[in-house]
Amino acid sequence: MLRFFAPLIAPLVGLLFVCALLYAVIAAPSAPAAHLASEEFHLPPKDIHYSFEGPLGKYDNQQLQRGFQVYKEVCSACHSMRLVAFRDLEEIGFSKPEVKALAKGWATETPSVNPDTGEPATRKSLPSDFIPGPYANETAARAANNNALPPDMSLLAKAREGGPAYIASLVTGYADAKTFTKDGKSLMKEFPDFNTPTGLHFNPYFANLNIAMPPPLSADGQVTYADGTKATKLQMATDVSAFLMWAAEPKLENRHRTGLAVLAYLVIATLLAFGAYRNIWHGKKH
Amino acid sequence: MSFPWAEHYAPKHPLMRYLDEKLPLPRLVYNAVGAGYPVPRNLNYFWNFGVLAGAALAIQIITGVILAMHYAANGTVAFDSVEHIMRDVNSGWLIRYAHANGASMFFIVVYTHIFRGLYYGSYKAPREMVWLLGVVIFLLMMATAFMGYVLPWGQMSFWGAQVITGFFSAIPVVGDPIRMWLLGGFAPDNDALNRFFSLHYLLPFVIAAVIVLHIWALHIPGSNNPTGVDVKGPQDTVPFHPYYTAKDGMGLGVFLIVFSLLLFFAPNALGHPDNYIPANPLSTPAHIVPEWYFLPFYAILKSFTGNFLGIAAKLWGVMAMFGSILLLFFLPWIDRSPIRSASYRPMYKWFFWVLVADVLFLGYLGQAEVTPTVVLLSQLCAGYYFSHFLIIIPLISKFEKPLPLPNSITEAVLGHPAPAAA
Repeated sequence: MLRFFAPLIAPLVGLLFVCALLYAVIAAPSAPAAHLASEEFHLPPKDIHYSFEGPLGKYDNQQLQRGFQVYKEVCSACHSMRLVAFRDLEEIGFSKPEVKALAKGWATETPSVNPDTGEPATRKSLPSDFIPGPYANETAARAANNNALPPDMSLLAKAREGGPAYIASLVTGYADAKTFTKDGKSLMKEFPDFNTPTGLHFNPYFANLNIAMPPPLSADGQVTYADGTKATKLQMATDVSAFLMWAAEPKLENRHRTGLAVLAYLVIATLLAFGAYRNIWHGKKH
Repeated sequence: MSFPWAEHYAPKHPLMRYLDEKLPLPRLVYNAVGAGYPVPRNLNYFWNFGVLAGAALAIQIITGVILAMHYAANGTVAFDSVEHIMRDVNSGWLIRYAHANGASMFFIVVYTHIFRGLYYGSYKAPREMVWLLGVVIFLLMMATAFMGYVLPWGQMSFWGAQVITGFFSAIPVVGDPIRMWLLGGFAPDNDALNRFFSLHYLLPFVIAAVIVLHIWALHIPGSNNPTGVDVKGPQDTVPFHPYYTAKDGMGLGVFLIVFSLLLFFAPNALGHPDNYIPANPLSTPAHIVPEWYFLPFYAILKSFTGNFLGIAAKLWGVMAMFGSILLLFFLPWIDRSPIRSASYRPMYKWFFWVLVADVLFLGYLGQAEVTPTVVLLSQLCAGYYFSHFLIIIPLISKFEKPLPLPNSITEAVLGHPAPAAA
């Protein structure tokens, strides 16, 4: 009996799963996806090139310092950067006294405790302090931003699909929904019901096309670069996104350097191992 | 157990002779991976992957133990402690990226190892036990990898834990209590994170122990080979050392080169950007996707969309997903063809490559956005997966006419019958 039925078990179980799938295909077809403006009119990030791309890529300290200036003068009004300490800025070419001055003069102070009363207080920052954020807590941040929460910027360049190019595209990508076209198609013609609610802003680089953040870069020359670089909107956006990449991945240059040395070592070692393999198997057909 | 012509361990140095008398550990090594283990002479490069899997586990354990020195398994600080490793710990970025990408390398190597076994019939008698222990290792690896991915406590960590523990709630009646018992709460939180860390540290050592059994079981019949023909005599084998230690040494070099390319030049390519956002139970990511090595199974899970026979679609999906792995336990008895190597199985060979394409495509579908086309294709591919193992293999093992087998390994290698003393 068992000898006869045992070979049938597997095909019967297989048939059961196949029938369950067939049933799913016939009885529960998935509804066709609705046309969504956020799918048809979403734009991929602009093609922006950075010095740190590729296996030999390095950060451009001049660019990172310009980018830091944009962060300090524009972004830091709403966005914190809680994982970066002032002393870390020495890595992008600021001197010790410059870092000290930057910490001391930062717009918000570091939370502390009044040594006499024990009450919460603030004090001037030191190079060893993490960069203090603009808001005391999430509730304060939401209260100041129409209930939206400006994300912390420490890891932003690694936490978004498209990375720094996405960030640069987003901050320069605000448009007018009424006149917006993609591939010759007009948004308002295809989706007459599309609207941007009050307090939001149309931006085709943002996933659902409407973002809470108002355009941060309003005009060319919004910051004045010390090195004489012309501060166009795209220049500022590229610089600040490069700086954000450094903030997210400060060990990138070290990683590339180490990687090249490790690869050189491994290639030589593997060639030697290949020689040993050929030598040992010499004359042994296999 | 070994072939009678295996070389015998004969220590010359008095110290080694003394050691051999008191604790014959060198003898064990000599017989396991030394000159005392005769191996078929015709193994191809796909036989490197067993040793590579062992190397990948060693890398994971070493980097993991170092990471644990700096990591804190607590929901309030776990995310920041990983960033502390990335920024402040000396070479912490290297250790952490090596561990994260090492997991991917481990799966690449093990999947190759599994498909090697499927192609050359390494799961068949007399190596059924080797295969069964291999499937146990695979399951343990999946559990370990899943729990490891939760530890950085980013958005994908949290929501991945939410989704995967949610599978258990598909079980009727006792599902929800089981899920709560596993998590230690209603949703993933500190208790879940803590126990995942504890188990993530434990399981790799369990894997190492099962690997010992896997190798032990392998050494009783000895290694399979690309012809699938049994070893007939000494001319068919070479001693593991130095022949295969040299070949594996080179394979290890190539493995480390590929690993380094990933680790140093694209360390986040296989990760998900959302995991650089701290876990937030109040904000669900737009697309929750598991790590790449789970995607084929994830696609199978999602393809069961109908309440067939009154059983909820979700339960079908979960049963199918676990079933797709558990069926491997029965493979040695489902495939009744006595021929091991697909090189001599004209029909099985074709279906094997269809299966490879099917699983790769399921992986693609697992991460694709859910559209009617994607669902239909997943259903087709999932259907093939089950048909392949449960229907097609039993059928072709009945009807297939195998090609003539070579008389021996040596004959296959030399292209003519072996001379008397090879």
